[in-house]
Amino acid sequence: MTSLAASRCPFSGATGAPSSSADGPATHEAPRIASTAAVVDVDPFDEAVLANPHPMHEQLREAGRDLVYLPQYDTYAVARYEVVRETLENWQDFASGAGVGLSNFNREEPWRAPSLLLEADPPRHDAPRAALEKILGPRRLRHYESGWMDTAHRLVDSLLGQGIGSTRELDAVTAISEVYPLQVFPDAVGLTQGGLENLLPYGNFAFNAFGPRNRLVTDEMESIKPVMAWVAQQCPREALSAEGFGADIWARTDHRDLTEEQAPMIVRSLLTAGVDTTVYGISAVLYHLASNPEQYQRLRNDPSLVRRAFEEALRLESPVQTFFRTTTREVSIGGTTLPTDQKVLMFLGAANRDPRRWENPDAFDLDRNPSGHVAFGSGIHQCAGQHVARLEAACILIALLERVEHLEFAAAPERKINNTLLGWASLPLRLHTT
Amino acid sequence: MHDSIYQHGDDLVITQRTPVSDSVVELTLQRGNGGRLPDWAPGAHIDLILPSGRVRQYSLCGDRWQAHQYRVAVQRDPRGSGGSQEIHDQLRVGDRVRFGGPRNNFRLAPATEYRFIAGGIGITPLLPMIQQAEHLNILWRLLYLGRDQRRMAYRQLASRYSNQVTVHTSGHGHRASVKQWLGTPDPHTLVYACGPEHLLDALPDECAVLPPSQLRLERFSSPLADVPVSRESFDIVLSRSGRRITAKSSDSVVNVLSDAGIDVITSCSRGVCGTCEVGVIEGRVDHRDALLDDDERSRNDCMFPCVSRSLSDSLVLDL
Repeated sequence: MTSLAASRCPFSGATGAPSSSADGPATHEAPRIASTAAVVDVDPFDEAVLANPHPMHEQLREAGRDLVYLPQYDTYAVARYEVVRETLENWQDFASGAGVGLSNFNREEPWRAPSLLLEADPPRHDAPRAALEKILGPRRLRHYESGWMDTAHRLVDSLLGQGIGSTRELDAVTAISEVYPLQVFPDAVGLTQGGLENLLPYGNFAFNAFGPRNRLVTDEMESIKPVMAWVAQQCPREALSAEGFGADIWARTDHRDLTEEQAPMIVRSLLTAGVDTTVYGISAVLYHLASNPEQYQRLRNDPSLVRRAFEEALRLESPVQTFFRTTTREVSIGGTTLPTDQKVLMFLGAANRDPRRWENPDAFDLDRNPSGHVAFGSGIHQCAGQHVARLEAACILIALLERVEHLEFAAAPERKINNTLLGWASLPLRLHTT
Repeated sequence: MHDSIYQHGDDLVITQRTPVSDSVVELTLQRGNGGRLPDWAPGAHIDLILPSGRVRQYSLCGDRWQAHQYRVAVQRDPRGSGGSQEIHDQLRVGDRVRFGGPRNNFRLAPATEYRFIAGGIGITPLLPMIQQAEHLNILWRLLYLGRDQRRMAYRQLASRYSNQVTVHTSGHGHRASVKQWLGTPDPHTLVYACGPEHLLDALPDECAVLPPSQLRLERFSSPLADVPVSRESFDIVLSRSGRRITAKSSDSVVNVLSDAGIDVITSCSRGVCGTCEVGVIEGRVDHRDALLDDDERSRNDCMFPCVSRSLSDSLVLDL
């Protein structure tokens, strides 16, 4: 489980650049297709690779072509920034309705009813998307801002105590990242029945299920069933409080903008995609701040940089690492024509560190403008909850900056392994308070 | 480091100009570099900023599966304030216009059956809705009303979908009965109508068989549509430091700020995602985003600087 990736964690011994791909021998022209895709014989879902994907990302980007072929999964992949972004945005040629994981819903049964957002295409995608865009838009979220800020202050005070000049050691994942989102988000959705401990396992499973049927999926097949049942119970109108994102979704059925079949499925989308991702995002920024103490000091001196710090951490970590699309017709990428109904794997994390797009891409740099990173995707499927993630991260960071003079690792961090998400199981930090 | 293909200007080139009736011309618009245009859904409109500075709103009536072009159809209005005449008399293939949006106040919601009512050029937003209903294999009918056949731009719909389209001209003096055409629809039917005021004003009564939430109307004019856009430069004032920066009218505010050393974080760069929202303290914004509705625009308290600019000589931002 333990592996140390990336920038300047003092326990990794590494100083930034991911290791060279010279040991990957398998880059050559594809023999079996009359095309120019580069064949790269790697397994992106191998657990060692999932724990430290950056060397493989470099190999995929530098294989010589915009399009790569992965023989192990008989699938194509894109890893360079421009082509990843084009693929994300081109919903006409690259569909989501056949699933955004390895499994092709045109041929295989999905593990649950497909999402009306993530796993749908226009026109069916339109109404659910339009509803969530308004409900989770930055203007609506202002209503939650002061409450979420208060909650962040209370959490940080409870962790650090009221004393000044002291030092606290804690695991930032289990004490902060996995705690704060669960203190604000379920309440904002309007969950009322308890059982919040189901949310993290549910999200974890959903993101594992985009990958192959490896141990990460099969080990949880049985235990996830009661979790799925609990999630389904939270989605009906009568289960939700009278105010909140859930009630807002249901209110749309009164105006006939959504159907009564769609509403609970959209609430389910919030519960699937709205918790783990923010947990991972908060961990990402805490990891990079602990790895770059001078950047933490800059942030303390100028807290207006918190939003940039979060975006820069998302760029580097890309909590959601990969999504698939499926071609709707013959389509050309980088001179290679792909057939219809062909899966294409997009490496968001590789795009976000592509040196063609980013100078010194592996550095966590608050002087950089991280605009245009694809950690939230791009185009019509761009994360509908991105403003929720930003607000949560900003609140908890501001609360920490006010109390914590500097922070450092107390022990080596540990990776969490997931087929789709890149993040931390443990971030042992030492916090020095003012 | 900027990738040119993601730095979207908002210039469109007219690549085709096709008369489709005695009084209607259809324009096909593309980016100068042929790049992808912002996504839209049926019911959406764009703002066209004409060479004179007039701003007019037109429904998109093309095919959203063609991501590199927009299509609008413009009816000459001799009694209007000059926008449609400028388009008819002056705009030629190869000319450039600017655009804002797309925005959508007339979204096609899910239903088991659609009834479309078009008055004259009000057919335009309904065309992509019909395409979508066909795509989803949902029952639809169209009542297409006009003064006389020669002015009706898409009357060939009636021959293509003869069982579904009813064309009615009022030239001989008798009006269509919407009530009769509507009959007793399935209770989950949605009615979408676009046309002149007198038609839309009559519809709540004509469609009383359905609850009001199942009748969706799109009016031709918006109170904000007539604001002319300045092509002159304007000043951006940063309220926290008092700094003043001059922006040329063709520059995006994000780029002007960035050149002055102030990075606003953007994500989509096309006024869709809302990431770059900036508070506006003073000045009138030339809103070009796809996010704010008319009320939010007229409040004038925020802007999306990746696409929006200024109507006033200076704009005081909360930066």
